[in-house]
Amino acid sequence: MQPFGFSFAGVFAVLLALPGASLAEEATGTQANGNHAPEIARQSWSFTPPFGTFDNAQLQRGFQVYKEVCASCHSMRLLSYRNLGEPGGPEFSPKAVEVLASQVQVSDGPNEKGEMFQRPAQPSDRFRSPFANDQLARLANNGALPPDLSVMAKARPGGPDYIYALLGYHPAPQGFELAQGMYYNEAFPGHQIAMPPPLSDGVIAYTDGTKPTVDNYARDVSAYLMWAAEPKLEERHKTGARVMIFLIVFAVIMYLAKRTVWARLKHSNATHGA
Amino acid sequence: MAHPSSYQPSTGIERWLDARLPIMRVMHDQFMVFPTPRNLNYWWTFGGILTFMLVAQIATGVVLAMHYVPTEDGAFDSVEKIMRDVNWGWLLRYAHAVGASMFFVAVYIHTFRGLYYGSYKAPREVLWILGVLILMLMIATAFMGYSLPWGQMSFWAVTVITNLFSSLDAVIPGLGTQLVEWIWGGFAVGGPTLNRLYSLHYLFPFLIAGVVVLHIWALHTPGNNNPTGIDVKSPKETVPFHPYYTMKDGFALLVFILVFAAVVFYAPNFVGHPDNYIPANPLQTPPHIVPEWYFLPFYAILRAIPNKLFGVAALMASITILFFVPWLDTSKVRSTRYRPIYKWFFWAFVLTCLALGYLGSQPPDGWYLVFGRIFTLYYFAFFLVVMPVVGLIEKPRRLPGSITEPVLGPAQVKGRPAPASAKRKPEEVA
Repeated sequence: MQPFGFSFAGVFAVLLALPGASLAEEATGTQANGNHAPEIARQSWSFTPPFGTFDNAQLQRGFQVYKEVCASCHSMRLLSYRNLGEPGGPEFSPKAVEVLASQVQVSDGPNEKGEMFQRPAQPSDRFRSPFANDQLARLANNGALPPDLSVMAKARPGGPDYIYALLGYHPAPQGFELAQGMYYNEAFPGHQIAMPPPLSDGVIAYTDGTKPTVDNYARDVSAYLMWAAEPKLEERHKTGARVMIFLIVFAVIMYLAKRTVWARLKHSNATHGA
Repeated sequence: MAHPSSYQPSTGIERWLDARLPIMRVMHDQFMVFPTPRNLNYWWTFGGILTFMLVAQIATGVVLAMHYVPTEDGAFDSVEKIMRDVNWGWLLRYAHAVGASMFFVAVYIHTFRGLYYGSYKAPREVLWILGVLILMLMIATAFMGYSLPWGQMSFWAVTVITNLFSSLDAVIPGLGTQLVEWIWGGFAVGGPTLNRLYSLHYLFPFLIAGVVVLHIWALHTPGNNNPTGIDVKSPKETVPFHPYYTMKDGFALLVFILVFAAVVFYAPNFVGHPDNYIPANPLQTPPHIVPEWYFLPFYAILRAIPNKLFGVAALMASITILFFVPWLDTSKVRSTRYRPIYKWFFWAFVLTCLALGYLGSQPPDGWYLVFGRIFTLYYFAFFLVVMPVVGLIEKPRRLPGSITEPVLGPAQVKGRPAPASAKRKPEEVA
């Protein structure tokens, strides 16, 4: 009698399944971007579950990888040094943030003489970019422009999984023709990337006992880039839990109120009908 | 439903105001005691949900506008500043972006509900037309809003959609090009385009709010349709809007917000496209330019037609055809529940819209294109052939005697004398 009413539950089940299905793919686009895009293997990250948080030590190591390797070509212009000490991130101590910033020289000015000058960076300064402009970046990189990494973990299908996969270079299959100055990469669309393999075992000295392997470097820097792209992820997860609990309780109360009010109506009908 | 006012101003101030601006009387008559059919199911709760979504979008949008910079160089970074440095900015932005999607989920359900139960038929044609107008304004608003982050997908979606107008060159040479340059404010999509899209994105929601007022007015004049599609015959078949439907709508709204919140907090980028986190670059076209999911069926229709001008015409027609639905449907009964043949065509139409949505996300070649054309054909055939023809040849099932018969059961209605109206509780008196 009520085909529409019957399928109502079905539609809501689909709606509910929609966020559920994507929980494992936190904050990353899931739409297939072209049929030729390579399959990206899912990794297990501390931040993917609904109550997931970043692993501070991992983010600190990831920052180290960025600072010592990636930063020589890639900018992160949307981040400031102060972000490194903020809650829900690598959470370096305030002292450590000051030291990290002061190791970098940034240009400031003009001063009273009308001249630009160099000074050590402060926590409030943006990350210094390795190149003054895109043209210089291309000149230094064989014509290719190393993209800014600030929101990279949200700007590619697969997000951190993609970055992790990209950093694991494999030898080109036999007969694969590479263009001049390009490198084979399985995760990169088209499989030819201008970036030479940036990591090799032992190039970065970890101080917390983590094994200095390419796999760990790649994993740590991917997590770090996810934080950089989504610095409020932990706050979002925490607030979300509270909001969901509030809404569920409120909805139950509302349902009971609705039932009570409507029961009054049915009750009066039954008595009148009898 | 026109009904005598039952408002009793109880204090001096209320009497004073009532003689000058009877706003409390209108609120009381239209939203407290308004006689509402007692058999409305949960599909009828989406009107309230849509009202909430409009208010939520305006509220979050107004605050976002305080931090957003509508310039070519500033737009992308200002959105990121909102995400990083504005207190609760991430929540505002995700609620606004996901909110647009949820708004469309609700409006599509609301529209299909109207189609299924024949809510567009006399005397509700104007109500339906105003609804289609709101849908069109929503589409325009959402399109303009999507351009504002000025990412790759924003920029290229604007480029593709504004270029549609250049198809008018096929009608009068030069007209389309002139029009497009006028829309762009230049010779390409750029800063001036972004600035005007932002201005209009702020304006349109208030136009929507205005049409919503008319929509509710047009609803409250004939009163609600209901799942049986038959007219309310006596006040006994109605209940006052408050508390019955405030409670029911309230519960449905909370369930809806629950789903909304789950997406905002746990998968906020699920409905977005990763390319929109790449700043707009006029020199680099993304491999696949796709609109937001809620435009995909229309996008599939556009691409199903090989000729650009006719493609654009089909795109426009796919929405404007809704204006004529009250006159295309020739059936004597409203509710599809009592239409054994039409029912199958209706669900085929729902399936068609979903299929077109999927096809819109795929490249327009091979089988995708073939199916895109088949479903586009059915989309229009549903309105132009099925609605007029099935209405004439179909023999509807027996309609119930009253709207309460399916609720209370025919035995109760037939076997027992109707309850005396004097016995009804006061709150049931409409």
